[in-house]
Amino acid sequence: MKDSKCIEELKKEFDAYAEMYSPEGLDREEQIRMYSIMWLMRKFEEAVKPLWMANKVHGYYHPYITEEAIATAIITQLKKEDYVGSTHRGHGHLIAKGGNINKMMAELFGKEEGYNKGRGGSMHISDMSIGMLGASGIVGAAVAPAVGSALKSWIKGTDDVTVVFFGDGGANAGSVSESMNMAAAWKLPVIFVCENNQWAIATDYARITGEPDLYKRGTGFGIPSYRCDGYNIYQIWETAKAAIERARAGEGPTFIECKTMRMLGHHATDDSWYRDMSVCDKYWEIEPIKRMGEFMVENKLATPEELEAIEAEAMKKVEASIEYADTQCHEPSPDTFYDYIYTDGEVIK
Amino acid sequence: MSIITLRESITQALREEMALDENVFIMGCDVGLRGNPFGITKGLMNEYGEKRVIDTPISEAAFTGLGVGAAIAGMRPLVEILYADWITLPMDNIVNTAAKTCYMFGGQANVPIVIRAPFGVGGGVAAQHSQNNENWFVHVPGLKVITPSTPYDMKGMLKSAIRDNGPVICFEHKRNYSVKGEVPDGEYLVPIGKAAIRKTGTDCTIVAYSYMTYVAEAAAKELEKDGISCEVIDLRSLLPLDYDTVMESIKKTSRVVVVTEAPLRGSIAGEIVGEIIDRGFDLLDAPPQRLGSKNSPVAYNEGLEAMCTPKKEDIIAAVRKTFE
Ligand SMILES: Cc1ncc(C[n+]2csc(CCOP(=O)(O)OP(=O)(O)O)c2C)c(N)n1
Ligand SMILES: [Mg+2]
Repeated sequence: MKDSKCIEELKKEFDAYAEMYSPEGLDREEQIRMYSIMWLMRKFEEAVKPLWMANKVHGYYHPYITEEAIATAIITQLKKEDYVGSTHRGHGHLIAKGGNINKMMAELFGKEEGYNKGRGGSMHISDMSIGMLGASGIVGAAVAPAVGSALKSWIKGTDDVTVVFFGDGGANAGSVSESMNMAAAWKLPVIFVCENNQWAIATDYARITGEPDLYKRGTGFGIPSYRCDGYNIYQIWETAKAAIERARAGEGPTFIECKTMRMLGHHATDDSWYRDMSVCDKYWEIEPIKRMGEFMVENKLATPEELEAIEAEAMKKVEASIEYADTQCHEPSPDTFYDYIYTDGEVIK
Repeated sequence: MSIITLRESITQALREEMALDENVFIMGCDVGLRGNPFGITKGLMNEYGEKRVIDTPISEAAFTGLGVGAAIAGMRPLVEILYADWITLPMDNIVNTAAKTCYMFGGQANVPIVIRAPFGVGGGVAAQHSQNNENWFVHVPGLKVITPSTPYDMKGMLKSAIRDNGPVICFEHKRNYSVKGEVPDGEYLVPIGKAAIRKTGTDCTIVAYSYMTYVAEAAAKELEKDGISCEVIDLRSLLPLDYDTVMESIKKTSRVVVVTEAPLRGSIAGEIVGEIIDRGFDLLDAPPQRLGSKNSPVAYNEGLEAMCTPKKEDIIAAVRKTFE
């Protein structure tokens, strides 16, 4: 049930708040697909923490929980050949691009059958077969290489586009600005998506930036720039649709700030002691899955029963991925230690 | 005397130097409110205010550059790079500005900056959070590079680094953070550029630094049971490097094994062996041995990660080899 009073309160502090609406051209079937993808992301992330606690998964793991609408609204509009540049919080990006959660789970388990053959883990998940350029452990540093795939499309004259994600923290890496400048100068087919969850680990973004509207940075480079309510899958979808069309038509980059709020710890074991988490209470009212579900029911696009079935289906898929990673996959063999350092099977010790 | 962790010894050094010199300040990601991910700078922002402990944006290239500039202007910045892997981002300002300004300006300017960088393999955090980059900087004239491994050394050397009038990079092995050791209650300094003998011995010298010192000590202990007496040297400082202590030891033992956790190819282990040969080839009864990590990025998978670095057994085998 929607708590309208709570939402009224929220509107006062969340300046990006936008009412939900049905955008033109988004049919019911596609909405159901997007809703299912969000649940798959959510269930996947919820499953990882206990696995981490149980020592099945290790290293750094950053959940995408409550940011699902962003990747879903944007990436589901891409074709297979389009590229996605990701962040350390990248599981959701991969799922939206059509990635295989069995292979992702196997990677988190460090298994040979994982996406990265157990070499990369959560922070480096990638699937080159679907243009998923990979997560990155160095914040902001993956943006320029992702823009490089847009450079390729520009040189080759294809209509492929690149969407590159970065956080409010990553936005402050110098090479992000440098990349935006080149993308604007050459009209590269790229969409810069700033997932502004207002925190970079323990740093409130307002403390380290002079202009809280991050989308205005795009404007500074001459890039059409927009701000979306990061919990509003419809608004993001419509904004991204226009951006993708522009990029495909060779009209250059777009910058989209999706403003949201980090509602969990930064990584699996971070309890956020450095901030007051009670501010998030109101935001849970509009977390993207609940919000889209309520909208679809209100607008008779789906019944509660249908939505519950979608959730259950997502859960089943995630359980199967755990079963697969845990019981059917293997530790990398020591014989393969030197594999992949060089290409084409070459080994240089 | 009190017994503290290496982590705490860093905090003590920072706190003391900040109290002594108002030009000393700290900057880095999450060093203030959060007190850095390892808790090292916790409380310092409350004590010294937001101008002496500065939370930065994720702009390593620029905030390290700012540190370099503030140092040239007379401050004593302590810049923290959360993981040494990302020291690549401010590389230009470290190598081309910090290291060379004094020289290029004919001695008109100093760059008294300290850069602290947690480094090393461990924890299954994969290839961009696990590197040993210390060797790169040993190649750059104008820098000093330290790698203290005990709380006593860390505190004393970090204080020396802060007072040094030139740029110093302090590499802190993440696996050493919980090492405990005695630290005097009063003020003391440990000079930069002097090695320490961790265990005396007569048969073979093991030269190591940082975490590998502990692995070398464990190997030496085991070899002792078999009647092989090793002398374990903790370099503590890679640039300058205390060859006098190394050569004194080799005079006694006539054998040497050099250990680094960095990938062996191009590492300081080769450089040390080269220098030993230049200085005292005739002292050696056996070819010097070098040990380092395999020439590979570090894997996420813990089995592959563990395969990467030199182990106690590897050091034992290398020592035995000097007797073949
Ligand atoms: C260059 C670099 N500096 C610091 C870090 C440590 N770090 C990891 S994630 C993170 C915060 C990133 O914040 P943001 O870009 O806003 O993404 P979010 O985690 O909020 O999704 C930091 C500082 C890093 N990985 N890389
Ligand atoms: Mg953020």
